[in-house]
Amino acid sequence: MINIEIDGKHIEVENGCSVIDAAHRLGIYIPHFCYHKKLSIAANCRMCLVQIEKAPKPLPACATPVAEGMKVFTASEQAVKAQKGVMEFLLINHPLDCPICDQGGECELQDLAVGYGGSASRYQEEKRVVLHKDIGPLVAAEEMSRCINCTRCVRFGIEIGGAMELGQAFRGEHAEIMAFMSDTVDSELSGNMIDLCPVGALTSKPFRYSARTWELSRRKSISPHDSLGSNLAVQVKNNRVMRVLPIENEDVNECWLSDKDRFSYEGLNSAERLTKPMIKQGGKWLEVEWQVALEYVANGLRQIAHETGAENIGALATPNSTLEELYLLQKLVRGLGSHNVDFRLRQSDFSADSKQTGAPWLGMAVADINRVDRFLLVGSFLRKDHPLLASRVRQATKAGAQVNLIHSTDDDLLMPIANKEIVSPTEMTTVLAQVLKALATAKQATLDTSVQQIVQSVTPSAIAQAMADSLAGGERVAILLGNFAQQHPQASQLQLLAQHIAALCGATFGFFGEAANSVGGYLAQAVPFADAEHGMNASAMLAAQRKAYILLNVEAELDMQNPQQALAAMGAADMVVALSAYKHHATEYADVLLPITPFTETSGTFISSEGRVQSFKGTVQPLGEARPAWKVLRVLGNMLNIPGFDYNNSEAVRDEVLVGTDLPAKLGNVLHGVSAQAATWDVTGLQRVSDVPIYATDAIVRRAASLQKTRDAATPRALMHSVELKKLNLQSGEMVKLTQEHGSARLSVIADDSLPHGVVRVAAGHAVTAELGAMFGAIMVERA
Amino acid sequence: MLSEQVRAKTDRELKKYPPDRKQSAVMSALRFVQDEKGWIDTADMADVAAYLGMPQMSVYEVATFYNMYNLKPMGRHTLTVCTNLSCQLVGAMETLNYIKSKLGIGVGEVTADGKFGLREGECQNVCDEAPLFMINNKKTCGHLTKEKIDQILAELDKE
Repeated sequence: MINIEIDGKHIEVENGCSVIDAAHRLGIYIPHFCYHKKLSIAANCRMCLVQIEKAPKPLPACATPVAEGMKVFTASEQAVKAQKGVMEFLLINHPLDCPICDQGGECELQDLAVGYGGSASRYQEEKRVVLHKDIGPLVAAEEMSRCINCTRCVRFGIEIGGAMELGQAFRGEHAEIMAFMSDTVDSELSGNMIDLCPVGALTSKPFRYSARTWELSRRKSISPHDSLGSNLAVQVKNNRVMRVLPIENEDVNECWLSDKDRFSYEGLNSAERLTKPMIKQGGKWLEVEWQVALEYVANGLRQIAHETGAENIGALATPNSTLEELYLLQKLVRGLGSHNVDFRLRQSDFSADSKQTGAPWLGMAVADINRVDRFLLVGSFLRKDHPLLASRVRQATKAGAQVNLIHSTDDDLLMPIANKEIVSPTEMTTVLAQVLKALATAKQATLDTSVQQIVQSVTPSAIAQAMADSLAGGERVAILLGNFAQQHPQASQLQLLAQHIAALCGATFGFFGEAANSVGGYLAQAVPFADAEHGMNASAMLAAQRKAYILLNVEAELDMQNPQQALAAMGAADMVVALSAYKHHATEYADVLLPITPFTETSGTFISSEGRVQSFKGTVQPLGEARPAWKVLRVLGNMLNIPGFDYNNSEAVRDEVLVGTDLPAKLGNVLHGVSAQAATWDVTGLQRVSDVPIYATDAIVRRAASLQKTRDAATPRALMHSVELKKLNLQSGEMVKLTQEHGSARLSVIADDSLPHGVVRVAAGHAVTAELGAMFGAIMVERA
Repeated sequence: MLSEQVRAKTDRELKKYPPDRKQSAVMSALRFVQDEKGWIDTADMADVAAYLGMPQMSVYEVATFYNMYNLKPMGRHTLTVCTNLSCQLVGAMETLNYIKSKLGIGVGEVTADGKFGLREGECQNVCDEAPLFMINNKKTCGHLTKEKIDQILAELDKE
């Protein structure tokens, strides 16, 4: 430890600490632009110059490490003179366009100019002009003359985003921030550059010129998208969400937000919002009063339950629904006498149901990901499915962690991968079994009977051996299963094998949850096996068509594992009740549309992948006649005379679920009573590999206009290995017809040699592929 | 795709650096490209980036930072006149203007026949020979006078 003195105050800090960090710990503010606690030190803005005893000239506080006995003066005559001098230089070329600058009011340069800038400029010559750039639909770089070349955006790209998409080209006065060959910035974390930019050079394109920061009220919320549970500051003007910024939470999202969390708010104000209850009569949709719609629903459900049995009612909800909504939905359905309720819409293998010790979860705290030194990632589109968790894994690799990857696609994770095995979905269990065998051999361990058969049937490949060696050599090992592994038709076998691998190397074993409430759904008992009597899971209640369906936030053709089957079931049902914030394709098959509110217009709770319970309040009033789903379900429960629906507020619902519940005891990834068999699943011909593109995951992002203009939201194409294309005599770029069971889709086909042989990669969750069948399994490809 | 010669020369440079620091050879690789075709296109920068396993933007930063890389086609003989302080004090601007009028081109331009290009440059570290220019970044010609310039240009014209 080192003792130093800053402005007469003593502090003891560790060796290597910078003067600026030490000062901040003392609560002493040193002006700065290029310094950022999460980024590397550049020391190029010079704003943090301070006087240090015995140093002949002022030194940058961000780049000066502390030394024993150092005496620092941050506001001495010399320091302030230096800081004012730097400010004068920074302002020389800075345009005086604050009145029309979007950063006005939240500009670090503006703020510091008040303290350190002169009231008039001595500079009479021409100012430099830097031309505007188009770097994509999210980040505006329209006024690059405002740039003070701090390079925070460049360093963010390299260090946090993992790709250097922006750089500082040219030199001296001609230096400017730009992308290579006028490319766009496609990082799924790009919006953070807007926050980082201390001036108005990089601003938010969707938010531009729509409000001033001081007109906005700032309300806390939680992201409803991925399973991280990012903390949001929702900024509101005139009862409308104008933009979303991060709230710093070191244990969750640090100071970042993924673009999905940041820009999805545009979907909240979509023209497709459903604002009045609607009933279909004689094939026509009529707007009706809530009372009429609810009575219609209550009567319909009561009638179906009486006449054909309550088991003919099925309820489906998205994992983006709140804990309260999911809990009341299952309570309503169970109150009617049915147990058919599920939120795991994209899952296809339910054989682990009630054989698992608890709700599948991350198995560790999010913050601990940074400290893992060996990863085994199984079936995960990590960067797109969990942008900020991917960033944490990336930080771990910078500290020397090794990443081993088993997956069916080889998308660039923008981090070093120690070993990877890219195989078709049918081969994934085999690869895991190989790793397990290699580990068991190395550790001379006897394997459990549940995995013996599959392990005996395989011989570890060199890569599997390398993975086993990597995992065995770690101190803090994590085996993590992604969305793809959870949606996989052999999900429980993958889970079982991964569980045994984890046991052998003393690893943490967990799941990246698919959505904001993937853990919460289990706690809310929105699964068919939560009671003694079991009902049908999401897949079964579509395969065996029900007479009535209640859909909570669900778009049947986009949110389900098998959209074809889902649409057929909806079409055949006597009654479909859609609780939705949007008027969508349900108008084709539903009988009632009940307008419910998205997360900004209701209070609620999400339980993140790490088991963190985060409740939030509504940030704006419900739009039109839309009402929070928990209230709608409460009224329905009362109308149907189901006991226990007298809640005064959403907190009462939450407390009923969580108070007295030992949450950690409810989480558990260990399987019992499942065994893995050798090669139990095979597909003849080509098999489908599906991702749910990052901006197609849920109803809100699908309607966020700017996100839909990004490269990640481009129309899906069919991707195949060129060898497979040659077999079918197809050229890359041609239109093909893809067929699964009774439906087909026409897409252009592109050669992608990073894919394994025998697969076609086709995105799910998108309107153009909604006619297709399950996300896994056989698929036919022919020239269109 | 980098030519075989450029790759061979770059490989030789790479031996000077640890295997995980391939980007250290970026300046040499860019120089080899320029020696071969006279200038460096963005496509060449992308090729260098791919060959050295570094971000394209990072190669672009290097290529645009250093004055001696030509970012557009220059003449077969490109004269880089130093206009830094020492040279200015002994008439670099007159030298530059004389070459401009003699060749009929401005700074950053190439003669119509593609023979000569003209650039402004930075200090060459031989201020005692000021005023001076470099030919194709390889050969320094100092103590320039109008006569000497005429003579050099006439010799180059014959090549």
